[in-house]
Amino acid sequence: MGLTGIFLILFLVVHVGLNACIFATIFNEDDHGQMFNKAAHFMGSNWVPRLLEIGLFVGIFLHIIQGLMLEFQNRGKRSVKYEVSFGNRGSKWYSRSMGLLGTILLIFFIIHWKQFWIPSRFTGVEETTIDGKQMHDLFSLMKETFAEPWVVIVYVLACISLAYHLLHGFQSAFRTIGVRNNRYLKLVNGLGVGFSIIVPLLFALMPVSMYFGWVN
Amino acid sequence: MEHYTMNLKLKVWRQKNAKSSGGFESYDVSNISSEMSFLEMFDVLNERLIREGKEPIAFDHDCREGICGMCSMYINGKAHGPWQGTTTCQLHMRAFKDGDTIVVEPWRANAFPVIKDLMVDRTAFDRIIQAGGYISVNTGNAVDANAIPIEKDKADSSFAAAACIGCGACVAACKNSSAMLFVSAKVSHLALLPQGAPERKTRVLDMIAQMDKEGFGSCTNTGACEAVCPKEISLTNIARLNGEYLTAGLTVDK
Ligand code: HEM
Ligand code: SF4
Ligand code: FES
Repeated sequence: MGLTGIFLILFLVVHVGLNACIFATIFNEDDHGQMFNKAAHFMGSNWVPRLLEIGLFVGIFLHIIQGLMLEFQNRGKRSVKYEVSFGNRGSKWYSRSMGLLGTILLIFFIIHWKQFWIPSRFTGVEETTIDGKQMHDLFSLMKETFAEPWVVIVYVLACISLAYHLLHGFQSAFRTIGVRNNRYLKLVNGLGVGFSIIVPLLFALMPVSMYFGWVN
Repeated sequence: MEHYTMNLKLKVWRQKNAKSSGGFESYDVSNISSEMSFLEMFDVLNERLIREGKEPIAFDHDCREGICGMCSMYINGKAHGPWQGTTTCQLHMRAFKDGDTIVVEPWRANAFPVIKDLMVDRTAFDRIIQAGGYISVNTGNAVDANAIPIEKDKADSSFAAAACIGCGACVAACKNSSAMLFVSAKVSHLALLPQGAPERKTRVLDMIAQMDKEGFGSCTNTGACEAVCPKEISLTNIARLNGEYLTAGLTVDK
């Protein structure tokens, strides 16, 4: 759980970094999503990211299987429930809801793959030419997809789930691999809170800013 | 603090034996002194039940001073009741006020089956300790206490972990019914000392294996255990246990 979780955190860093290229349009009037398209093209045409992608699928798959098994096995360990529950007095609600938050993320991933990954790999995306090279115009696909209000809402909700999943998961993963030194735990906690806010916020800003036309 | 008396409503879990299903029963108790301990209040109620020819409420207790770990009561949704860092037997009635309703349940975990009323079977903990909670020493005269140098910080951490009284509140409070805080205290206590070094790797592997066999859940670091532990065993011990387990799993010679 801890190892696959940390692996997925690393993946998020790459993913958010790459997608943040859409914001280049804010700083450069003439960009029109070229920087993002070039970055995405590099990821799709080079064998290193392709290899990492296989690793990513294995990682996500393992994490989901482990996560769901963990959740259901643990639920089976107390057949008679308490009349009065301990509730939020001893732990945070999101720490106790990792299975639920993860399942929301899983449902989101399925929608997300259908919207972007499958077209880009299999069914095809409109092409554009940048610097004389033909490539997928994923930027325009994003603009089209995020013109629908319901899509934007689903993405923002998924980002909120991700934020809470990470708020617990980030520090928990390091405890799981044995980090206990006070100084490092403080560092991990601080990094974890920062990461859990900044990364989902950046992700959420993408559909939102496309919807409102801040990115063009 | 000022002394006062109170009338209370108790809702207590009653269950004839391990096989029957059980349910809550309500009792009105009157004239309870704020100076009484929680268990003394139960004594008063039980004496009344005996006088009335009814079955007294079965509950575990022994030392009544917070060291044996027997008194397992889940009071108003919290193992060992509302106070921090105390056992049920150390809880006093001044924690409550006149007219309160108090719900008392046994520890709930499949690994701790109810024997009767508020008593649960915690022998799973004994078997976990048997699996690895020992050290190898030479027989003969006891070694002089100062003969083995131990770093102060390690001695302190080990001592803090050794304070665990095996009460099981951590399991009762955990949404996963995980025993990791208990096992981490037992493993840390010995792993931090030179005396624990010979069995350092097999101990952690054997105790975890026994823990899983007993049917406790898996830890997800929610921290509910630390919040109820009467001995304030730190969650850091669980991280140490995870580290010990990983290293042992990767390097043990079998
Ligand atoms: C980008 C996606 C995801 C990231 C970055 C992520 C990250 C993490 C991290 C870091 C942990 C903590 C591991 C530990 O404590 O050892 C964790 C735990 C968990 N995750 Fe995820 N996860 C993601 C997606 C999912 C999905 C799709 C599911 C489920 C279907 C899921 C279910 C769980 C569960 C049940 C736990 C266990 C709770 C715990 O150990 O505290 N996660 N995740
Ligand atoms: S760790 Fe704390 S709560 Fe758990 S058995 Fe030991 S003393 Fe009781
Ligand atoms: S009766 Fe011994 S700890 Fe409470």
